[in-house]
Amino acid sequence: MTGVTFPTTETVDFLVIGAGAAGGVVAKELAVAGFRVVVLEQGPYLRERDYSHDEIKYTFEPGLTNDPKIQPVTYRRSEADRAAPVKAIEYGRQVGGGSVHFTANYWRFHESDFHERSLFGEVAGADLRDWPIAYADLEPYYTKAEYELGISGLAGANPFDAPRSKPYPLPPMPVKSSGVLFDRATKKLGLHPFPAPVAILSQPYQGRGACVNCGFCESFGCEMRAKSSTLVTVIPLAEKTGRCEIRPDCYVRKIETDGAGRATGAVYFDRSRREIFQRAKAVFVCANGVETPKLLLMSKSRRFPEGLANSSGLVGTHLMWDNGAEAQGLFEHPLNEYKGIQVTRLIHDYYAADPKRGFYGGGGIDARFDFYPAGFALHGLPPEAPKWGSEYKTMFETYFNRTMLLMSHTTSLAQAKNTITLDPEVKDACGLPAVRVTFDYHPDDLATMKWMLARQVEILEAAGAQRIWSQPFDLADNMPSRHLMGTCRMGTDPAASVVNAHSRTHDVPNLFLVDGSNFVTAARQQPTATIQALAYRAADYATQAAKRGDLS
Amino acid sequence: MAAWPAVVAAREHAHTVVASPAAPLETLDADTAAEIEALAAQIIPSTGGPGAREAGVIYFIDRALSTFAAGDRAAYRTGMAEVQAKRKHLFPQSTTVASLTGAQQMTLIRAIETSNFFELLRTHTVLGFLGNPSYGGNRGEVGWKQIGFDHRMMYQPPFGYYDAQIAQETAAPNSGDRK
Repeated sequence: MTGVTFPTTETVDFLVIGAGAAGGVVAKELAVAGFRVVVLEQGPYLRERDYSHDEIKYTFEPGLTNDPKIQPVTYRRSEADRAAPVKAIEYGRQVGGGSVHFTANYWRFHESDFHERSLFGEVAGADLRDWPIAYADLEPYYTKAEYELGISGLAGANPFDAPRSKPYPLPPMPVKSSGVLFDRATKKLGLHPFPAPVAILSQPYQGRGACVNCGFCESFGCEMRAKSSTLVTVIPLAEKTGRCEIRPDCYVRKIETDGAGRATGAVYFDRSRREIFQRAKAVFVCANGVETPKLLLMSKSRRFPEGLANSSGLVGTHLMWDNGAEAQGLFEHPLNEYKGIQVTRLIHDYYAADPKRGFYGGGGIDARFDFYPAGFALHGLPPEAPKWGSEYKTMFETYFNRTMLLMSHTTSLAQAKNTITLDPEVKDACGLPAVRVTFDYHPDDLATMKWMLARQVEILEAAGAQRIWSQPFDLADNMPSRHLMGTCRMGTDPAASVVNAHSRTHDVPNLFLVDGSNFVTAARQQPTATIQALAYRAADYATQAAKRGDLS
Repeated sequence: MAAWPAVVAAREHAHTVVASPAAPLETLDADTAAEIEALAAQIIPSTGGPGAREAGVIYFIDRALSTFAAGDRAAYRTGMAEVQAKRKHLFPQSTTVASLTGAQQMTLIRAIETSNFFELLRTHTVLGFLGNPSYGGNRGEVGWKQIGFDHRMMYQPPFGYYDAQIAQETAAPNSGDRK
């Protein structure tokens, strides 16, 4: 760690809360621009030497994610129900955040994603809206993210992609057997498969080595530093400026404001649960689509009785979920899918919402295998397979290397009734309210998943699968949600949104929020590229505003 | 006494469990361990290659119950008490799960297979068979060998049969003429 250490009595230029996909980018941009920055991260500061290929630690236990034993989460389907402890949501909890343990899928939004309301019209029971920005506003920042972080992919291979100003900095990753089978099948069906864009290095890049195909991407930290997390890309650059301090194990409980209604800094618990106040001229909250609204709701004051930046009453509302469906196929020959990154091929043919389907929605479909050995034996077999005994054993032994999974990533409609609130009873280890999740699908979410699942089965059939199955189709099976979106939505109208088109809150001029909470629509999941493009853009705007004297 | 070999095997095994200085039990007593192991050995039997017994699943469970799964100790106590009650009901003459015949053990499991405890035991058995060997199970990586998971830190493509086909096509001398 090469960063500076600021005394907590010093008023720094920017306080960034959350060192994840967005916070890492914001910290680097601001520090490089010359500002003094403190980043508070609730999780630890880990390094590649701290990681391992330990399936139990990282997939059965919360090795790199929020631990419900320390921070309980409660869930209810509707406001009428009583919430019970369920790990309904999951997020990365360390320096680098979710960019450390994610599968590394890196999709840009399509142009249509920013104005689907205008294209598709109103959807009953949902609050489908246009974004206040267009794809062209984000394009330079998508490109910047791809080049600063290191993204592998093949420009022009996806005919549905929005225009790009530059190709990917790195060629695609080697195709796996799942990708080859998917390629053949989708082409046979007249579809357009393309190499997956991923935040994983196919070649050495900026001092980091190429991926060695070990296979432990999803849920794991990369020992080779080949996954382009903020931890190994922009955060070291931020520290190198000598103007950015990353402060791990700091759990923020409140953003403070002054008599003029401006943010003055944040109160947090340090490692030994001491309360500390860090002053700053401006604050960025990049704590994710659940922790960001939670912090705002906890930051009540006489001036902001409903929580900070919440004059609209919308903080925590319109939560959108990690929707999708899974179909699996068994093949004649070994695929050995445990080798290599999870996803190498996908299609966007069904991405656009089509009114002819009779419902709003669409998605992408990728070919993957994201099981590890024990997880496969427990959750990877057909639902009707035996659960124990010699037939069970034979099945998981012979299926493990011959199975692939097609996963769809689908729309999740914004609904005001799907919320993040503070649980009135359950507390976490620091005595703060637990996150209470209220969520249920919109009927069109379900219709989309069912329709997409039928497409996935068609592809597996065309691929020549010997046996095809899908997992039970219920909300409980789509938990925890790992894409946390929509809870502080972006817009031009302060009565109908929480942040403006530059991720600045309407209510507090020196308070920015940037992470999945900004999302007005969920697109087709895979939010990381857009979260990071928004982060670059918001940091750019804040830099200009601060230099104009507009923030201090 | 069809059960006799099983009784002998179970006792011998319980004895090894106690006597082995290399892997002492940390949480369970030897009798309970033998009972749990008998169930685990039906979940992943030793047919067609090593099973839960050979992988040392019981050592995994024993250690799990004093580490990451310490919160499940009560569930094991009440769960095993229910298993014993069910055993007495089904096989009034029997004394232990380990001394039942294989067929009787399977009957017993069928009577409990929808319970939460069985799902917990099944999960732990699988983790002990296929989880990282550092947890005390999957001894000699026998579980990984059984499923064909060749754990290494790096692999070179081609990885599987189908991408190898593509690699061959690309490497073929006349591949330039291919459409």
